[in-house]
Amino acid sequence: MPAAQAPARQSHPFKPQPWRDRRIEIILGNLLRTGVLISAAVVLSGACVYLSRHAHEPADYRVFRGEPSEYRTIRGVIQIVMNGRGRGLIQLGLLLLIATPIARVAFSVAGFAIERDRLYVAFTLIVLTILLYSLLGSGIGL
Amino acid sequence: MTILEFTGVVAIVAFVAGLLGSLTGLGGGVVLVPLLTIFFHVDIRYAIGASLVSVIATSSGAAAAYVKEGFSNIRIGMFLEIATTIGALLGAFLATRIPTSALAVIFGAMLLYSAFLSRKPRTEAQRNLPPDPLATRLRLNGSFPDLGGPRSYNVQHVPTGFGLMFGAGALSGLLGIGSGAVKVLAMDQAMRIPFKVSTTTSNFMIGVTAAASAGVYLSRGYVDPGLAMPVMLGVLGGSLLGSRILVKAETKSLRLVFSVVILVLGLQMLYNGFWGKI
Repeated sequence: MPAAQAPARQSHPFKPQPWRDRRIEIILGNLLRTGVLISAAVVLSGACVYLSRHAHEPADYRVFRGEPSEYRTIRGVIQIVMNGRGRGLIQLGLLLLIATPIARVAFSVAGFAIERDRLYVAFTLIVLTILLYSLLGSGIGL
Repeated sequence: MTILEFTGVVAIVAFVAGLLGSLTGLGGGVVLVPLLTIFFHVDIRYAIGASLVSVIATSSGAAAAYVKEGFSNIRIGMFLEIATTIGALLGAFLATRIPTSALAVIFGAMLLYSAFLSRKPRTEAQRNLPPDPLATRLRLNGSFPDLGGPRSYNVQHVPTGFGLMFGAGALSGLLGIGSGAVKVLAMDQAMRIPFKVSTTTSNFMIGVTAAASAGVYLSRGYVDPGLAMPVMLGVLGGSLLGSRILVKAETKSLRLVFSVVILVLGLQMLYNGFWGKI
């Protein structure tokens, strides 16, 4: 493990990052990849349903109408998935995708807490608060 | 065009954009919005919504690979994410209020800047800089694997970097891009972080930054599942392939081609924005 060899360099005047950082980084990386793969799989399955039903309808995104209100909230998306709509399943996959980095930040809070690094627990909590404020404040949690 | 044809063509274009963006290190998202608006006549708001979602996918998908190599510094990332997420909230708030022609003009300027930056020769200066007290207090200094064992670095100019990161977040929220170019500028140029650490840490931060504005876009109805699906799957597939062949590929001429494409798209976006075609 390269980070563990760093203290041998005496010219380096301060502490290098503790080795545990590497382990946390690898867990975080795997968490992100798993989240992306799950959401891509959900989007893909939604795409199959959507394309099998609407393949020959015209595609038109020239005029901005905004999505119907049920595509704008978590509860609405779950409702349309229950109704078996492909577009709903795609939107669910996209919601999982948005949740992936948020889960990464939440996990980082725990990681820094285990390291007893209060400063970075505080920094990570600030980021988590901003993310949750953005999600809930924008109204998609309702 | 039928939905099937549209989905197929957009997925192929997104795949190529993701592949080239990953191979050249310039990011695929930056060309997607202009391609969708100029050639597919997609409203810029739908294009930005779809691009933002794809940015989360590429950043998170590539993070696992970069993290294993030990270049990214999660402390620098977490600290600067405070600035980028606040910026992203502001950017998304502005995006819903300014006219689409102004969005196109800002986008065009951003593309021209990216093209300029990609042609600038990169000099990896010898950086045996003394430790900065603030960076030391924040525990931002780190080390990365290099040819002769681990190499340590001292982070400089923390307030400047933090301010630039706020701007990068605002651009990301406003235009639905990763704005990796501005993030690397802040870390590589201002904070004197080694280039490889800058690019990989920037990639690590992009997903969180985009997630901060994604909620706003989704709740405003900018994220259309029919459009976001081929864009997200295409870019993700292209960038994952790109990160696998990155080591062997000769990217110099590829970078030149891609930066010319970015330049042309930037001029086109400025033209469309000024003449009110978007």
